[in-house]
Amino acid sequence: MRSDRSLTIVTRTLAAISAAIVLLIIGFLLREAAPALRQLGLSRFFTDESWHPLSSQFNLTPMIVATLVTSAGAILIAAPLGIASAVFVNFYAPHRLAVWHRRLIELLAGIPSVVFGLWGLMVLAPIVATFGGSGQNLFTATIVLGLMVLPTVALLSDAAIAALPRPWIQGAAALGMGRSAIIGWVVLPGARRGIGSGIMLALTRAFGETMAVLMLAGNIVEMPSSLLSPGRTLNANIALELGYATAGHRSVLFVSGLMLMLVVSCIVLLISHRRGHQA
Amino acid sequence: MKYFLSMSFVLLCLTLAGCTSSPSTNSNSNELSGQLTLTGSSTVAPLAAEIAKRFERQHSKVRIDVQTGGSGKGIADVRRGVADIGMASRRLASDETDLTAHQIAADGVGLIVHQSNSIAELSPDQIIAIYTDKSNNWQDVGGDDKKITVVHKAEGRATLEVFLKHFGIDNPSVKSDVIVGENEHAIKTVAGTEGAIGYVSIGTAEADIESGVPIRLLPLDGVEAKTVNVASGAFPMSRPLNLVTADPSSQLAMEFIQFCQSADVHDLVKSQYFVPITKGSDIAK
Repeated sequence: MRSDRSLTIVTRTLAAISAAIVLLIIGFLLREAAPALRQLGLSRFFTDESWHPLSSQFNLTPMIVATLVTSAGAILIAAPLGIASAVFVNFYAPHRLAVWHRRLIELLAGIPSVVFGLWGLMVLAPIVATFGGSGQNLFTATIVLGLMVLPTVALLSDAAIAALPRPWIQGAAALGMGRSAIIGWVVLPGARRGIGSGIMLALTRAFGETMAVLMLAGNIVEMPSSLLSPGRTLNANIALELGYATAGHRSVLFVSGLMLMLVVSCIVLLISHRRGHQA
Repeated sequence: MKYFLSMSFVLLCLTLAGCTSSPSTNSNSNELSGQLTLTGSSTVAPLAAEIAKRFERQHSKVRIDVQTGGSGKGIADVRRGVADIGMASRRLASDETDLTAHQIAADGVGLIVHQSNSIAELSPDQIIAIYTDKSNNWQDVGGDDKKITVVHKAEGRATLEVFLKHFGIDNPSVKSDVIVGENEHAIKTVAGTEGAIGYVSIGTAEADIESGVPIRLLPLDGVEAKTVNVASGAFPMSRPLNLVTADPSSQLAMEFIQFCQSADVHDLVKSQYFVPITKGSDIAK
């Protein structure tokens, strides 16, 4: 009884700390961005002609679009690959191959983002450059971003599928369903929530990734006209300019951080709201 | 690679703001002791770190901590008292006269193209035309029929300021194809794109060319883009590398700055492909 009470206190405190950290960071962003927001108002970040903070032009819209495009594209690459990898490991791979496949995916998760960036810059960009330009554009950044978030989808889907009750699968097999039918009608719908969490985590990780995208996306602040046009994401913007920014410029960069938080929270809320309806 | 790593490290440091410690100079004894923190320009930082190592060997009770983050951060940190000495790869601006600059070396900014590019030299007008999107093909400026990929730097970078000021270009009028951060990022981009043009620190470019990176430095106004020409002052697009202090600064900081300006460190300055400055020619002020 006593141990239960102390455990309650401990878990409550730790949970409160984890939640408080998010609020603290948002508070910090708000405080740092406040001078710029007070001076410029919110609308100028959408209506200005371009992004030239040293010449008082502060349009963030192209960067919001670039952030959404690269992250959504990364999920389009990572989700099919990741789910297929999880199904393969659980149903099609011989035991020894499955073990090695899992290890390799875990290794992929451990590769630092600068290494991904460097590989993209030296290997992938010159290949994409054959379509014209420098090869540093949204397309290259999206591919590398997709590979970076692939392990998140793969490992969480794998865990979700492995956690399904065995009788479901045995029962389906006893009914005479084939392997592909079991996967399509029993396994994937059953593991839907777990797979959904994996995709969600991968999406937020894609939103947050900075280094590899900075090295590969070309960083031009312009409304992208195609996947092959260069673009700059909100976080690359902070990383590129913060080191050299003084007073006013610095505060404006925190607005772009705040904007990223806003975009991510909207999407997280939207998805969890929809999932709430389904359950 | 090193630069990208150091950059991500800097970002980490920014999130852990306030991780620098304050100085304490022991002026009672003749021997120097205490701790110095330097922050600022990523161009000056490797040189300052090398000089700091030598200074620490001579004064065993001194600890010098060198962090990067850009000239702007260096100046801001000195003002706020977070750092003892700031590093800036530019002259001080008119609103920064509350600080004192001590020049320790010079650096030139040169234009680079891919090694396979047949162009011999570009006139200032041609360079302006390329960067403002009036020339889009190397044919327009006397080269082969190939699209020009313009590599530009992010706003606030010291090399960008040197470049824009030299050619009198307004940053919003620049139409570029790629924007990069560090010098190494610019060099890797140009080395990987045959039609690319960019501008970087001449010291960094010379070092990379020596190690076989397929890029070429273009002469400017008929002057070869070489460190010797930056040293002699003949190369037109150059900048001072400064240590910046707020008044009054500690005895330890002044001793270190004098050491940086002495002939004892000229070999280190040269090994970083910068150009030594003899004390007295303090053109930075």
